[in-house]
Amino acid sequence: MPIKVLIPTPLRPYAGKQSIVEVSAQTVGEALSSLVAQHPDLRKHLFSEDGKLRSFVNVYLNDEDIRYLAKDATPAKETDTITIVPSVAGGV
Amino acid sequence: MALSIPKEILEQLRAHGEQTYPHECCGVLVGQFDEAGGKTVESAIACGNTRTDSPANRYHISPAELTRIQRESMLAGRDIVGFYHSHPDWPAKWSSTDLDEAHWTGCSYVITSVEKGKAVLTNSFLLVGDEQSKHFEDEDIEAK
Repeated sequence: MPIKVLIPTPLRPYAGKQSIVEVSAQTVGEALSSLVAQHPDLRKHLFSEDGKLRSFVNVYLNDEDIRYLAKDATPAKETDTITIVPSVAGGV
Repeated sequence: MALSIPKEILEQLRAHGEQTYPHECCGVLVGQFDEAGGKTVESAIACGNTRTDSPANRYHISPAELTRIQRESMLAGRDIVGFYHSHPDWPAKWSSTDLDEAHWTGCSYVITSVEKGKAVLTNSFLLVGDEQSKHFEDEDIEAK
């Protein structure tokens, strides 16, 4: 059973209009690489030119921010869900 | 295209802005997209404002809270269709900070002006384009 990656609405046009993409991976980094391999148009929306996650893109493994885990090296298993959420902020 | 929202939910998010005054309130709009690009709000989920350093003129929704809302919404066959926040003693129009910090293309950003503690105007703005070309367009609110 593959890992589910939940795609937020603004990124679905670059992911074949899918809300959930399934990938096979051992780590979160591998999962994101697999996601981008399936949908190359996603790359520039998720990663900056140096290959790092864009500052406003949050990636969660279940309920945990991967920045506070082992980042790309965070182990992922088949029952996990990866959620991509762009930040929401603003003000006057 | 318009943002369709039940009157009681519209009143709920306006009341949220009065409750948090003089600080900004914020929350997530969950519902459905239709094929033509319009959106129907089915619930408004009030969130905490994590910008405790400057809550009167900044808002930020915890990504952990967003993640939970997104996951639960999708499992229920719904979607995040937009967000709302208040502008205490400031017009109900988007600011440059709002645009800089907006990343949910295709979603609605609903803003309520709250003057001296009383909700006045509520407007909606649709985020259009990608990160390089993004901008807000005025969007009609259909309160039903």
